[in-house]
Amino acid sequence: MSTETITTAGGVRVAKPTVASYLHDYWGRVRGGDIGGLPAILGLIVLCLIFGIARDTFFSAVNFANLFSQGAQVIFIAMGLVFVLLLGEIDLSAGYASGVCGAAMAILLTNHGWPWYGAIFVALVTGLVIGFILGFLVSKVGIPSFVVTLAAFLAFQGILLVLLGGGTNVSIRDKFVLALANNNMPVWLSWVLGIVAVAGYGLVSLVQRRNRAARGLVTQPIGIVGAKIAGLAVLILVAVAILTQERSINPIIISVKGVPIVAPIIAVFLIIWTFVLGKTTYGRHVYAVGGNTEAARRAGIPVDRIRISVFVIGSFMASIGGIIAVSRANSVDPNTGGSNILLYSVGAAVIGGTSLFGGKGKVINAVVGGAVIAVIDNGMGLMGFSSGTKFIVTGLILLIAASVDALSRRRAAATGNR
Amino acid sequence: MAATPLLELRGVDKSFGPVQVLHDVGLSVYPGEVTALVGDNGAGKSTMVKCISGIYSIDSGTVTFDGREVAIHSPRDASALGIEIVYQDLALCDNLDIVQNMFLGREKTKGIVLDEPTMEQMAGDTLASLSVRTVKSLRQLVASLSGGQRQTVAIAKAVLWNSRVVILDEPTAALGVAQTAQVLELVRRLADNGLGVVLISHNMNDVFAVSDRIVALYLGRTAAQVKTTDVTHSQIVELITAGRSGNLGLPPEKPTDFVDITPGDDQ
Repeated sequence: MSTETITTAGGVRVAKPTVASYLHDYWGRVRGGDIGGLPAILGLIVLCLIFGIARDTFFSAVNFANLFSQGAQVIFIAMGLVFVLLLGEIDLSAGYASGVCGAAMAILLTNHGWPWYGAIFVALVTGLVIGFILGFLVSKVGIPSFVVTLAAFLAFQGILLVLLGGGTNVSIRDKFVLALANNNMPVWLSWVLGIVAVAGYGLVSLVQRRNRAARGLVTQPIGIVGAKIAGLAVLILVAVAILTQERSINPIIISVKGVPIVAPIIAVFLIIWTFVLGKTTYGRHVYAVGGNTEAARRAGIPVDRIRISVFVIGSFMASIGGIIAVSRANSVDPNTGGSNILLYSVGAAVIGGTSLFGGKGKVINAVVGGAVIAVIDNGMGLMGFSSGTKFIVTGLILLIAASVDALSRRRAAATGNR
Repeated sequence: MAATPLLELRGVDKSFGPVQVLHDVGLSVYPGEVTALVGDNGAGKSTMVKCISGIYSIDSGTVTFDGREVAIHSPRDASALGIEIVYQDLALCDNLDIVQNMFLGREKTKGIVLDEPTMEQMAGDTLASLSVRTVKSLRQLVASLSGGQRQTVAIAKAVLWNSRVVILDEPTAALGVAQTAQVLELVRRLADNGLGVVLISHNMNDVFAVSDRIVALYLGRTAAQVKTTDVTHSQIVELITAGRSGNLGLPPEKPTDFVDITPGDDQ
């Protein structure tokens, strides 16, 4: 370990971190119970290897592209649920809320001939309104979120049935909406966006590091920053390279290549919400309320407003999930957003490393967790397992994730790292 | 020794319905001094602090701050004046780091983005001005800190805002011997930096170790305001338990009609 020290902020002398000491500290935090998304990433790699060995088709470009549209709805809902879970609350109605929003859009598009932008706007507003009502009931009236959203879960299922006239199926033909979950970007745009993403991440990391160094504050070792940028670059560019290959069975009739449009949509929301949670006062207050409500209240944070806002974000993201689900299915039916969607979404957030106890979690957890869920669903489907078996396996994995969460908390309490 | 008190309460009454909790209490806090507020459970210490912090409003009496009479109606008024209170349960978020906790609710921003470097620098400067050298990193989660370090963070949070009076509610109650010594040293340093410090404590050793003045409350009345050097350990214990000790404290016959006795002063 290096003994070189630097004087930082106000004369507090600290050891200058090296690559070795950084990794050592990280390992120390993991051992101390601060594991974050590590189990999910390891799990994802293991699952991919298992399915890849069992079925050659798992690693095919077609299947890789499918994973995006299969996982998208769950990922969007899970991103919103991360906010709700950060406050230690739960939203059981998110699945059917996405169904209701999707149905609102589909009915306006098909039955009333609205343009896509109008219909999508109404779907998004529906999500915001639903979230506001849920949040109001939880924070101002004081009903536990479990009960409020359980009631909403039932009611939204009913609203969906009523909207669809007792169980008919409304199909959509709008090209824009259909493209969202089913089409791909042109090859050139795929590459441009991939490179922009890598360059943007690299630039932001390096500028942030330089700003801190200029103030004489402790910085991450350049080796670690470089490794992170390189890692992301490899990940994105390999993914783009695979997805820009020809995936059509008969390329002469129709050519299928490029990154699915839904991938950059996921990326945009991932970036927005990560920014909001990590870099804004609002995000800081969400963590504070989730960590210690009383401390937040005394610090002058409007706890009730924060509580309402997370439900609004939760249902808003559910509405986007609903739009994508309707787009992928080309239609809406009384089961859109029903069956396993909600449990998969909660599972995605928790598997990814968001704590059910509040105060701990990131939006990226929802994406990684959603990827785990999509891989299980997809891989087991390829291996010919029935949906019964899929549910059992997904349930077990959720249980494992929740146990990891609970055990890491106990571990953290034991090591004084509560 | 400063001549005028920074914060002074005079003749303060406070009732909750039919129950009068504070009878005509007084308190003077001088800059650069530690004033210990002692009293048995139910003597009115917490009520008095809550009146100063603006959580309760006073029924009658005056509060003077820096020579001006002020009205404190909310915690915001108190912090605007520069009065900060460190509560016993500290009110820190375990899932946030030291800098994040110190700036909670008053984050510095650049546009809409949190200005982390500035906050980290200010937090570091504050900790350094209190000669705190025990934390490994300013980006450590508060969860991983010891009880004494948490107390230090809570106190540093209170002095970050150019506060002038800091009220500490039982800062050493949950600490071990070494950590108690550390925190007391910090309390002394706050006063040496020119702040008016109010230390609420049950522990006589702590009180005699750091305080310059002692204010004893007895059943909602100010039993005595004395200089620490003028009294003994047992006199203070008597003031706390009986309200009087020798010629100090409340007269036995007419407890409501007491006098402020400050030995050395001709009042």
